[in-house]
Amino acid sequence: MLSKKQLFTRGMFDISPHMLSVIPFGIICGAIGVDLGFDPYLVYAMSIIIFGGASQIVFLQLLSGGASSLVAVTSVGIINSRHLLYGAVLSEYLEKLSLIKKLVISYFVVDQGFAESNKFFKKNKTEQHLHYHLIGTGCTMWVCWQISTLSGIILGSFVPEELGLKFTIPLTFIAIVVQDLKKIDHVIVMITCGLSSLLFFDAPFKSYIIISPVIALFVASLILRLKK
Amino acid sequence: MTWLSIIVAGILTYFTRMTMITLVNKDMLGDKIKAVLEYVPSAVFPAIIFPAIFINDYGLFVEINDPKIFAAIVAVIVGYLSKNIIATISSGLVSYWFLIFVIFS
Repeated sequence: MLSKKQLFTRGMFDISPHMLSVIPFGIICGAIGVDLGFDPYLVYAMSIIIFGGASQIVFLQLLSGGASSLVAVTSVGIINSRHLLYGAVLSEYLEKLSLIKKLVISYFVVDQGFAESNKFFKKNKTEQHLHYHLIGTGCTMWVCWQISTLSGIILGSFVPEELGLKFTIPLTFIAIVVQDLKKIDHVIVMITCGLSSLLFFDAPFKSYIIISPVIALFVASLILRLKK
Repeated sequence: MTWLSIIVAGILTYFTRMTMITLVNKDMLGDKIKAVLEYVPSAVFPAIIFPAIFINDYGLFVEINDPKIFAAIVAVIVGYLSKNIIATISSGLVSYWFLIFVIFS
């Protein structure tokens, strides 16, 4: 049985390799916000209030492109709706916690943190204070996101765009799913999701980001039915 | 106005994180649903990966010989064999840089 502190540290350790992509991406997010002409305080406040990588950039790009606030807010909501799926998966492991703890932990649920903690949870179902792993991954992501977006805001146009650092984002997620390529059912689900995302890329409000997972999960349910 | 929109967007985002964690309990999820939820990472992350590789900043499909495609293939192979996150990300990034600065420049 691991202690709370050990689990928290383990979470920090498991998420830390992803900083290789999160930090450059945070810097770019901050720099783009200032570049688009927004108040630096406003750009930074988003990292605390929204705390959601790509959705922050999309929000500012839409507003600066002349879209209404309603469109910008709706897009953020839809892009981040994938957290509903993460929550459904995590609920099983967080069930015994008090409502207050659930409400606090929820704020720290992010893509990479969910992915790494979920992997850990599956292997260590009997641990008592599992949620400390999720707090570890979430807090590490939070601190890095704050520091990196702030750096981007300060550095602004000094960030060289031609380095293509945005490309680290798909790489980070490749690192998360790549081991599941061993399983044919997972490969089918991944390809379904990927192709759907290209097919529905132009759907309004960036909704491809939730449409394609729903289609892929439907295919997963079909696979499960066939397996029986 | 922009400040208000950010706060509303933040509240919305928080709700997407909090809703399922607080509302779902064991009795609500049958074994079938749990089995489907096992696929969530594989069903969600490609929607971030694919457009970032195959669609450019202007919303158009990239050419078949785009450096991002080659770099992503390198990252997949290195990641699969090494099982290492840092190796996956850095191999992809370094091969991307090699292609755009040395080969395609």
